[in-house]
Amino acid sequence: MAKRIEVSDLNIYYGNFLAVEGVNVSIEPRSITALIGPSGCGKSTFLRSLNRMHEVIPGARVEGKVVMDGQDLYGSDTDPVDVRRQIGMVFQRPNPFPTMSIYDNVIAGNRLNSKKMKKSEADDLVERSLRGANLWNEVKDRLDRPGSGLSGGQQQRLCIARAIAVEPDVLLMDEPCSALDPISTLAIEDLMAELKDRFTIVIVTHNMQQAARVSTSTGFFNLNGVGQPGRLIEFNPTEKIFSNPDQKATEDYISGRFG
Amino acid sequence: MSTETQSPVRVTKEPPSGSIRPRRRLPRFAALGLYVAGIALGALLSALTGFSIALTVIYGAILGALAVYVGSRVVEGRRKATDRLVTALVTTAFAVAMVPLVSLVYTVLDKGLARFDGAFFSNSMFRVVGEGGGAYHAILGTVVITALAAVISVPIGLLTAIYLVEYGSGRLKRAITFFVDVMTGIPSIVAGLFAFALFTLVFGNDVRLGVMGAVALSVLMIPVVVRSCEEVLKLVPNELREASYALGVPKWRTVVKVVLPTAVAGLGTGITLAVARVVGETAPLLVTVGLITGTNLNPFDGRMATLPVFAFYQLTQPGTATQAFLDRAWTAALVLIILVMVLNVVARLISRLFAPKTGR
Repeated sequence: MAKRIEVSDLNIYYGNFLAVEGVNVSIEPRSITALIGPSGCGKSTFLRSLNRMHEVIPGARVEGKVVMDGQDLYGSDTDPVDVRRQIGMVFQRPNPFPTMSIYDNVIAGNRLNSKKMKKSEADDLVERSLRGANLWNEVKDRLDRPGSGLSGGQQQRLCIARAIAVEPDVLLMDEPCSALDPISTLAIEDLMAELKDRFTIVIVTHNMQQAARVSTSTGFFNLNGVGQPGRLIEFNPTEKIFSNPDQKATEDYISGRFG
Repeated sequence: MSTETQSPVRVTKEPPSGSIRPRRRLPRFAALGLYVAGIALGALLSALTGFSIALTVIYGAILGALAVYVGSRVVEGRRKATDRLVTALVTTAFAVAMVPLVSLVYTVLDKGLARFDGAFFSNSMFRVVGEGGGAYHAILGTVVITALAAVISVPIGLLTAIYLVEYGSGRLKRAITFFVDVMTGIPSIVAGLFAFALFTLVFGNDVRLGVMGAVALSVLMIPVVVRSCEEVLKLVPNELREASYALGVPKWRTVVKVVLPTAVAGLGTGITLAVARVVGETAPLLVTVGLITGTNLNPFDGRMATLPVFAFYQLTQPGTATQAFLDRAWTAALVLIILVMVLNVVARLISRLFAPKTGR
């Protein structure tokens, strides 16, 4: 299931603007990789380029290589739709489909692709995914209600359930807890710890405690100045990053002596 | 600034410090009373030069606003007075805007109700030269032609809007937007002449078909549909599209299954209002569809009757029984207004019924 992602010499552009430059990294399967760094340094942009969501923005493009278990994600014969089926994503703001019920939201990935499913299979998948997202007990009695009626934390877990229902190999999370209270954040962190046995998880976060708590490896992004491209400064096991980083910039950022 | 202009009496009442002070206020209906007094004064003023309603309204509005301002200025101070003055102006503007609307509805009801009977809805004008007769043929003709126009323009308009919002970029998108804007402004008679010329080229002279009218109406309707659908589709949050892409859903399925269902309420409203916009068009139907006295419901075979054209001919070519023709014209106008009103109510119902639900 979970797969390794190898990124080599990745440059990411918005039009002619080089946003992220020269990223080389290897993301391990069955682990949580955290990306930290100041705002605007290209963490989210890098994350979005891993499942080809970056190119959805007009003018956005990518140079370099992203290989997942030998499969070149940016190969000329690779369909971005296939890539996204294997690499799911959870966004910063919870975004359940407002026209669909909780039930339909969970199986949206299958329904929208018109995959034929028996009712029992669909029920099974919904229950499995919602249990996987720690939401089943809270919503099992109101699966036919609109997903937008849930609280923010529940909506975000619904989005995670929706993402894992299509059985991806990798799960990308773009600041999934930034709009949530500490209790919901804790619920989602526990969930990530459970999910890492089955998925490769990459999470972007501004919360360094969160990165330290949940991740096995951490990447630190930084940029030299406004208008300069962001770079991956350091990529190391989380313990090392937070106790004895290789780079001075990393230490400054983590200890709050930034800028 | 305003504290300086207040009367000395007030100042002595002020608490020594703190910014919230009790303020003197006009009694509840005093402002209204002042305004009415102003209008009465206006009536008096216009009576000096021989009474007229128009002068009364003009003088009254000015004097009324002035009276409210002065009264409030003396009692309540400058800021509140400005507030009252602007309130008076806005209310007056609203009242002026309502005058033609109310007058129109009243006149049409007054004159149209004379023939608003069963016969009007069940009889055509076939072999009727004087009294009696009805607009059965015209009502159905309007329904058939407008429905046909909607069938032509909704797919074209909706797909154009989808192209503009979801797919279009660069020069082509800008060109389409520009021409849609231009089309919004073309006079309806031009649309009629276009359809007339088109069908004359294909079918020869003297061709009159219901479908010609439908084509002319679609020329007017398409830009309205495009614009309203475009606005509604733009309102669909981008996050939903991204959520769908991230699930590995191709773009076209995202449009069909996520974007359109999310926007369906607005789309329905926009389309219904576009229909309401063209249902009363007269000029293009006059030159393309013409009029007959009997009932013809086949838009591909000869002339048809429509309500606006029916009203036009009843008014301009009354036979010997002038009053009967005039009555029918007014009733036709009344039926048209009711039709438009029903369409607006339908549009509201659509937007309420299909709006995404957020119940807990």
